[in-house]
This record gives sequence, structure tokens and C-alpha cells, in this order.
Amino acid sequence: MPAPVRLVTGRMAPLDLADVDTDQIIPKQFLKRVERTGYGPYLFYDWRARGGFVLDRPEYAGATVLVAGANFGCGSSREHAPWALRDFGFQAIIAPSFADIFRANCYKTGLLAVTLPDSQVRHLIDLVNEDPSVEVTADLERQVVRGEGFEYPFVIDLFAREMLLQGLDEIALVERHDADISAYEKRRAEWLPAVR
Amino acid sequence: MPRTLAQKLWEAHVIRSAQGEPDLLFVDLHLVHEVTSPQAFEGLRMAGRHVRRPDLTVATTDHNVPTRGGLRSADELSRKQMEVLAENCRAEGIPLHQMGSRRQGIVHVIGPELGLTQPGMLIVCGDSHTSTHGAFGALAFGIGTSEVELVLATQCLPQKRQGDLAVNVTGQLPLGVTAKDIVLGLIGRMGTSAGQGHLVEYGGPTVRGLSMEGRMTVCNMSIEWGAKAGMVAPDDTTFAYVEGRPHAPKGAAWEKALDHWRTLRTDDGAAFDGVIEVDASTLEPHVTWGTTPAQVVPVTGRVPNPHSETDERALRYMDLRPGVALADIAIDRVFIGSCTNARLEDLRAAASVIQGRHVHPKVRAMVVPGSTSVKLAAEKEGLDMVFKAAGFEWRNAGCSMCLGMNPDILAPGERCASTSNRNFEGRQGSGGRTHLMSPPMAAAAALTGHLVDVRELI
Repeated sequence: MPAPVRLVTGRMAPLDLADVDTDQIIPKQFLKRVERTGYGPYLFYDWRARGGFVLDRPEYAGATVLVAGANFGCGSSREHAPWALRDFGFQAIIAPSFADIFRANCYKTGLLAVTLPDSQVRHLIDLVNEDPSVEVTADLERQVVRGEGFEYPFVIDLFAREMLLQGLDEIALVERHDADISAYEKRRAEWLPAVR
Repeated sequence: MPRTLAQKLWEAHVIRSAQGEPDLLFVDLHLVHEVTSPQAFEGLRMAGRHVRRPDLTVATTDHNVPTRGGLRSADELSRKQMEVLAENCRAEGIPLHQMGSRRQGIVHVIGPELGLTQPGMLIVCGDSHTSTHGAFGALAFGIGTSEVELVLATQCLPQKRQGDLAVNVTGQLPLGVTAKDIVLGLIGRMGTSAGQGHLVEYGGPTVRGLSMEGRMTVCNMSIEWGAKAGMVAPDDTTFAYVEGRPHAPKGAAWEKALDHWRTLRTDDGAAFDGVIEVDASTLEPHVTWGTTPAQVVPVTGRVPNPHSETDERALRYMDLRPGVALADIAIDRVFIGSCTNARLEDLRAAASVIQGRHVHPKVRAMVVPGSTSVKLAAEKEGLDMVFKAAGFEWRNAGCSMCLGMNPDILAPGERCASTSNRNFEGRQGSGGRTHLMSPPMAAAAALTGHLVDVRELI
């Protein structure tokens, strides 16, 4: 169960690439752990191993907001991807679009995935390229990303927003509907397969 | 009001619907494997919860099983993951098809084989290629580990309604062109994210004409253009495939099921958010040149000029220059396998190209059947002998070099003709270069040592 997320204020790290897939975010050789934590050192492992990777530049150390290109997190369903981003220190990711499973995984992990139009993401990347010390705030309650002299509203699924704001245990929420679930189970067709 | 197939499937699984909340959906079948489940079981334990419906849950080991040498040749962490899955399944009473079982195999291959995958079902798995099962007229999609935990605990999943897209495929597939080429061509046209937020129904006479294996190949790669799920309305081809399988309904139940399954089609006049037309008669065998499945061209073509930063990055990683003919690209490895293309029909198609020929001396080629049962069936008809005689390695079932979690990986710089689904950087091994294609095309590349139009060999 993630801690509540209301707003994230911090410096940005720019990853100005489109179609960043989950195989890059956390390569498969690091999916063999049976824990939910400890993935931070392996974030973007192959890219970092080549040297000169943007996130390793000293000016971006301690950044909490990742700003990336379109279709971020495409590919596999591995929740290890948001786990690695979180363990590395990111609390929010801003991009023009996210792959569906990745975005859902972010919310479960307590990572704020914010979709902004291309031009606004471009503006943020320009800002951080010019001055890595610039700070932004992703405010989930008010649904805006703001900085010095700008405020960009964003849209987020209302239910996901509520889950994040309150740090709710989704399983407990679903368990409240036990009577509905049981009723549904009783009316399922008898031919449906069961393995025991 | 006329409804699409996807709407029918969705509505049939809604337990509860409330304004401002996602629909609560019931999951008919939850497939589990060793890589995305340990943290979910751990979460259950920590909260004192149990698996609500172990009878609707099936597990297998596939992602990191070694394909030769047995369990001993697995690395320590992989072995631990497999052991943890076995412990979790024992503790919760979940059937497990592990290494050594005749029912073991890639999770998306064994579901259909066992008759667990049936029309009208809602199927989830902690794996993005769960869309494969949509080929049966099921609603099937991949989920993350937190959602795996949620489904284990409740057998439900809250989900936001999705849009509807249709892909209408017409025209006869030319000789040497396969279901893989339909979907690669489609992804090339649509890009990597056009399907986001949508359930896709593949239809039209060409899709109707595909076998279940071909339909599975198409649905499998739905995620590669961003779609939530892909599906094909069930028909006599579907029913013939399901009938008689271990978990298929029998007797009177079969007749009742059949009556229901025949209603699982998009009503006349139902509206889609978009319809994509594909003329299969103009398709050629496709090969990816880059590091996303959308970076794809006909094998008769050339490496294109880059149009974006992504293209430039891909060219650098793949060590290719624009203008190079695809057929001039030499390869080091061939991988015939994966949940996309490792069913019996795929192996037959590859074997028919290979029959009586030999793998190029510079190429190392391997076949990894999608399941133990595919392997045994192939051996029964002598396909293993065809592959082995040609110089292919004949392995045990698993995901293998599709994602390289087991010892089957590319060395840095090696170039592979692969029947799998992703050509991402490092996907088949750090520094490895992947070209996606159909099984006959991969077979042809194995023989010639370079990318080649299979139609020159048949």
C-alpha cells in the first residue's frame, strides 16, 4: 500500500527520448528478485553502463521529477519499472503519453505519472536544460504542474487521483464489494473452466 | 442498441458499476508465472490474505526456465524464483505446470492448449502478451504485479472503460506472407502507441481465414502498437480448436456454451471509434530494421532514412545505414520461438522451408517450442529431425531468447533473425540486435546467413 501522494516538488531530470520501453528502464536480468525494492541501482542499467547517460550527470543528482518523451514505459508489464524509478528517487514522471500498463503500475507504486501536451513537456525540458536547478511542482490535488511563471493543468483519472491522494489499499476497497462479487460468482455459466 | 464484441465481453464481466469509478470486472482465468508474481504472493501474506479462487488460477514456469540441462543449468536467482512460485502454489492450492510436466510451457501457449482459454472469458496475467488469448473471442490483457495481487485476493479487477477499434483485413495473403506479416505491417503503419486506451477487434475475411495459431500471432502483438487488448470473434475455426481439449466443456455443457459463443460477435451497425483497413493481398514478408516493432519494412525494401530521433537512435544501435538493402544484412543467430510464433503450425511452416537444407555455417540457430506439448507433438511428426538434420538446436519449451532471462541470450553485437515480438535494445541480450519476422522468414535467414525473402526459397 503506497503512502499518500499530494504534491511533488523538486528538480527535474530530462530524458528527451520517445518510446522508452520497460526493457530499458529495468533490463530483464534484474527481474529475478522476489522483493519489491532494491531496483534503483539497476535503473536504465544498459544505458548507464555505456557511460555519459543523462541521469548520471551530477547536475541531475537528487532530481525527483523525470521529464520524458512520448509513449514512455511501452513494452512489458513489469512493475519493476516503476519500482526502479521510485527506488532511484523519482516521485513524478511527466511525459506527453504513457503506455497503459506502465501508467497503471505507476499509480499502484505511488509514482505520479502526469500527461502534458508535447509543447509543455518541451518547455520543461528546455527549462531544465538551461538551468538544472530549476524546480517544478506537480500538484495532484489541484491537478497542475507549476513553476516560476507558468501553470499547466493536467487531466488524470479521478479514481486514480483519489487512490493516490489517500494512499488507499485498493484490495481493501474491492473487498468491500464482497457481496456483489459472491452474487456474480453464483450466476457465472456452469461450463466455464475451473482447474480443481 | 448494437454492441461491439468488446462491449459484450466487457459488460458480461461487470460486477459493479458506479459513477466516477472504474467498473469492477470479474476475472474468469488468472494465469501466473514466476517473474511477476512473487511480490504479489508476498503482499498477500503480509496482509493475511489468501487466494480467493485458486480454481480459476493456473501457474507455470516459463520466463526463466533453461531450455536444456534441466533445472541445474538455471542460475541461482532463477531457480529461487521457480521454487518460490512452487511454494506459493502449494500454499494456496494453485495448480502449477512446472519444468518436467507435459503441460509446462509459455503461459500464452498452454492456456489455449489446455482448453482453459475459451470464447467469452476475461483472462489476465502479469504479462503484456496476454492479449494472445483474445484470438478466441476472449477479453484478455496484461496486468502489473500489484494487480496480480489484487486478482489473487479478490478475483476482480477495477478497470476504466476503453475505446473500440476495428482492424478489417481483406484480400488473400500471398504465398510466403503470414499472420506475422499482417500484424508487423499494421504496427509499421500505426506506430507504437496508436492503440493506447483501446480494445481492438481484428476481423474481415482474411482474419476469418486464419487458423487459431495465426489469430493468436496477430492478437499477441496488439500491445506492440499500444492496444489494451486484441480479439477475434469466435467462429467454427475457434470451436473446432477448443472442442475436446482437457478443460473444454463436454456433452450438454458444450452445446450450451456453443449457443452462447455464437452470440459473441459485433452486432450490425455497432459503432467503433475507428476502423483501420488492411489489404492483405498487397503485403510482403516484413522484417524490422530498428528497435521498436513499428520500425519495419518489407524484406524487399531498404533501411529507411531516419525521420526522428528514435529512428537515429535505432540505426546507431542496430549498426545500420539508411539505404542498405534488407537482404544484404548478415545475421549470426536465428531464434524460432516465443508466445508469438512457437506453436506447432509455426514449427511446421519453418520446417517446410528447411527440409533437406542446411543452416549457413556462420549461423547458430535454435528452435524453442512454445510448450512441452508442442515439442512432443512436433517430435511425433518428425519436425525435430528436420531441424536437427539442418543444424538447428532443438530445445525444451520456454520464453527463452524472446527476452533472454534464461541462459539463451545474444552476445553483444550479435544479430538475430527472430520470430519473437520485441526488438527493443538489449531485449535478447545486452548489445544484441534483433530483427523480427515470421517463422518461414527466420528459417530462410538461417539457411542463407542473411535476411532474405523466403519466397526465393519456396
